[in-house]
Amino acid sequence: MNTATTTIPVAGAHHGDHHGHHQPSGVLRWITTTNHKDIGTMYLTFALIMFFVGGLMILAVRVELFQPGLQLMRPEFFNQLIGVHALVMIFAALMPAATGFANWQIPLMIGAPDMALPRVNNWGFWLLPPAALLLTLPFVLSLFGIGDGALATGWTMYAPLSVQGGFGVDFAIFAVHLLGVSSILGSINIIVTIFNMRAPGMTMMKLPLFAWGWLITAFLLIATIPVLAGAVTMLLADRHFGTHFFSAAGGGDPILFQHLFWFFGHPEVYILLLPVWGLMPHVISTFSRKPIYGYKAQVYAFMAIGVLSVVVWAHHFFTVGMPTPALIYFMFATMSISLPLAVLFFCWIATMWRGAISFETPMLFALGFIVLFGIAGLTGLVLADVAADAQYHHSYFVVAHFHYALFAGGIMGVMTGVYYWLPKWTGRMYSERLGKLHFWLTAISFNLTFMPQFFLGLAGMPRRIPDYALQFAEFNAISTVGAFVLGFSQLIFAWNVWQCAKGGAKAPAKAWEGASGLEWELSSPPPYHSWETQPQVA
Amino acid sequence: MKMSRVPRRALHRLAFAAACGAPHAAHAAFQWNFPEPVTPIARDTLKIHNEFMTVITALFVVVFAIMIYSMIKHRKGADHPPAKFTGPSGKLQWFWTLVPFAILLFIDFVLMGVPAVEAVVNMEDTQNKADMVLKVTGMQWKWQYEYPDAGVKYISTLATPRDQIENQAPKDEHYLLEVDNPVVLPVGKKVRVLITSTDVIHTWWVPQFGVKRDAIPGFLRETWLRIDKPGIYRGQCAELCGKDHGFMPVVVKAVPEPEYLAWLDQKKAEAAAAASSSDRVWTKEELIDKGKEVYGRICMACHQPEGRGLPPTFPPLAGSKIVNGPLLSAEGRIIRDSHVDRVMNGKAGTAMQPFKNLLTDLEIASVITYERNSFGNARGDMIQPAQIRSLRQEKL
Repeated sequence: MNTATTTIPVAGAHHGDHHGHHQPSGVLRWITTTNHKDIGTMYLTFALIMFFVGGLMILAVRVELFQPGLQLMRPEFFNQLIGVHALVMIFAALMPAATGFANWQIPLMIGAPDMALPRVNNWGFWLLPPAALLLTLPFVLSLFGIGDGALATGWTMYAPLSVQGGFGVDFAIFAVHLLGVSSILGSINIIVTIFNMRAPGMTMMKLPLFAWGWLITAFLLIATIPVLAGAVTMLLADRHFGTHFFSAAGGGDPILFQHLFWFFGHPEVYILLLPVWGLMPHVISTFSRKPIYGYKAQVYAFMAIGVLSVVVWAHHFFTVGMPTPALIYFMFATMSISLPLAVLFFCWIATMWRGAISFETPMLFALGFIVLFGIAGLTGLVLADVAADAQYHHSYFVVAHFHYALFAGGIMGVMTGVYYWLPKWTGRMYSERLGKLHFWLTAISFNLTFMPQFFLGLAGMPRRIPDYALQFAEFNAISTVGAFVLGFSQLIFAWNVWQCAKGGAKAPAKAWEGASGLEWELSSPPPYHSWETQPQVA
Repeated sequence: MKMSRVPRRALHRLAFAAACGAPHAAHAAFQWNFPEPVTPIARDTLKIHNEFMTVITALFVVVFAIMIYSMIKHRKGADHPPAKFTGPSGKLQWFWTLVPFAILLFIDFVLMGVPAVEAVVNMEDTQNKADMVLKVTGMQWKWQYEYPDAGVKYISTLATPRDQIENQAPKDEHYLLEVDNPVVLPVGKKVRVLITSTDVIHTWWVPQFGVKRDAIPGFLRETWLRIDKPGIYRGQCAELCGKDHGFMPVVVKAVPEPEYLAWLDQKKAEAAAAASSSDRVWTKEELIDKGKEVYGRICMACHQPEGRGLPPTFPPLAGSKIVNGPLLSAEGRIIRDSHVDRVMNGKAGTAMQPFKNLLTDLEIASVITYERNSFGNARGDMIQPAQIRSLRQEKL
């Protein structure tokens, strides 16, 4: 495609100006749309809704954990809430948000008229609502006395507990299948788009880092989602068709499930984080008014993390009892990830160095991300140590660690992107005052929620328990207060986005003074069909 | 000095108890690190943990001090033109760029790696010079402990009363961390711990031992401990294992060896008494009394105090077809899927264990008799421990 003429023949390009006459309006427009901007908006809206759904679930959990004793719910229901919270947040909030970014931004940033496979794109999105329904439907059914509720095994679905569970497990298995198909379709689309539809002159080593991050994510998804799909299908067969993949009585092994699950599960962490790591240098460079430091180093770090992520999975279950050499291998392999990760931290800070830094909301979120994700990375380094892990594992220390990675890393990364690109998408500015309020409330209440959980874990509180010994009461009470402030602060975000889209101040094409890249050369908002004539990249 | 500290701490606790509505304030608040270690593994772990926390705190401070310096010094208001560089230039800059990575490499693989490997090798050294073996079996939602050398085994379940959990009574000091029959171990002896499970995966964890190992159904895992100090040590199941995952504590009582041996003799005598109890004929009233106690300890978590169960996962016993079905066949044998069959052989794929492996003849006979004559079930029949003893041999 790079060698082709600068004008890409696009179907309907010649009548692109009056496209409105050719497509349905109202709800049908959104159901049938193949436009990357529409689909991106749908992904992001869906993610925001599910973010609040998953958040409500965990606030109910935090109320139960506010003090010792059972107050609000039965342990069975507690177990359902924690597992579905995780699945909703990972598969229905964070991943769709990242895919929404990819849909909106990759074509704009690489100078492509749309995604390469627009109908696949539409299908990929419309698999999500039924999957979300499958995940949450068992809750509703149990209200009517049908079944015993949703999956109660935690999101990890470890056999044999999941073999024993009610039909909520089957619902979750099918939901995971649909979500997996959706992710693979999205990934194929992103890979094909990046490989074939870059503007002339944009070589791979000129590709924006956001696209690079997503490219590695897409490959990881294609490599690992089928393994998860296989694992849950084996689980389905064990549950209903008399197989014994995970039952020792029939020659199987329960630990096989953990190997398969985490072969997917560990790369999944980087699947969630790579798009955010790709986004960070753009934001930091913009608000430091200085070019990105170490572009090549970051690309190679992404690749190294992608490769390492598939060879470290067993550190998620050091306590199952493994041969000592295996323990030592997985420990050192895991520690190795700190090196490429350090490259990224180095480049982020070096990008700021001797710049002219200003602190608009996206930059605040980016800086908050760097510091808090730094805590996730450093605690991850000690978790990798097998000996100490025996104490941390299955405890609240791990819960705190992965919320630093996935809330401060994942969600705050997504917030960074939304504030950064919102003026581009809507053509309007959000309220900077509300944005800053949102940031400070989020950063403070996040730490109030999760910092105490590190200490709970060290003191010996296991995770996933609905009631706890009295010595854990104080930290849990603090954590619950923090969680409520954190949850309600996100309403400011939703309000700010809504107000911006409805009627914020007009945004210029280049919304940020220090921004660079193809997307800022288009008007804000960009035309419905953009880059019909591809730009030439120097 | 000490006098002035006590009331302040008490006041602080009182304030917090009032704020949290905590019913009982006699416990250590705000524990910031691991509890006091009492085994070699736990001491290793605490030492390593403290060293690593120092290292990562130092890394955190250094890296973010640089970032914050840049945020202040290089802010837009400082009014200097932004630089244009995009990477290191010149040999000296490359050198300074690579230094942090060399340091990190050293921290990962030498500073943290070497002590970690030593600790792991020590932790996994389960078989050398073990003085005794303890077998731990996890099951929903209790632990069975077995001393294979002495032929002693028993079940350990949560001792916290239901009304404390339901907030209808003040909570004890060891709320949720207390059991009816603790594990008793001698101090100063290397104990090889074998761990397995009968149903789903559990994890046996006592924080002060630095030991945490999964109990995998159908497989044997192992770890070891040598407790230095007499005392009572408390922990919990650490792997989500279903409804009552939060209610299966581990309590270990470490005592000097003579006391341990005396305890073991007493346990052996109890086992012998239980075996001989099968020889005599019990009245129905005796069985129902005994059965009520066994039911409360073993069955009630799932089948509930009134026998109504938690359908559909845990079926009701009140009015149940199985419980109200015939006791034994005309020849005095077990009928498949009957009440006796369920209690003795369990139901595969559910929390209903084959209880013949866990309970004595008397316990099985009494709980069956109790269930058939309670919760509105009025079969009126009974089964003797001696019958259970002979039924144990039977194959279905």
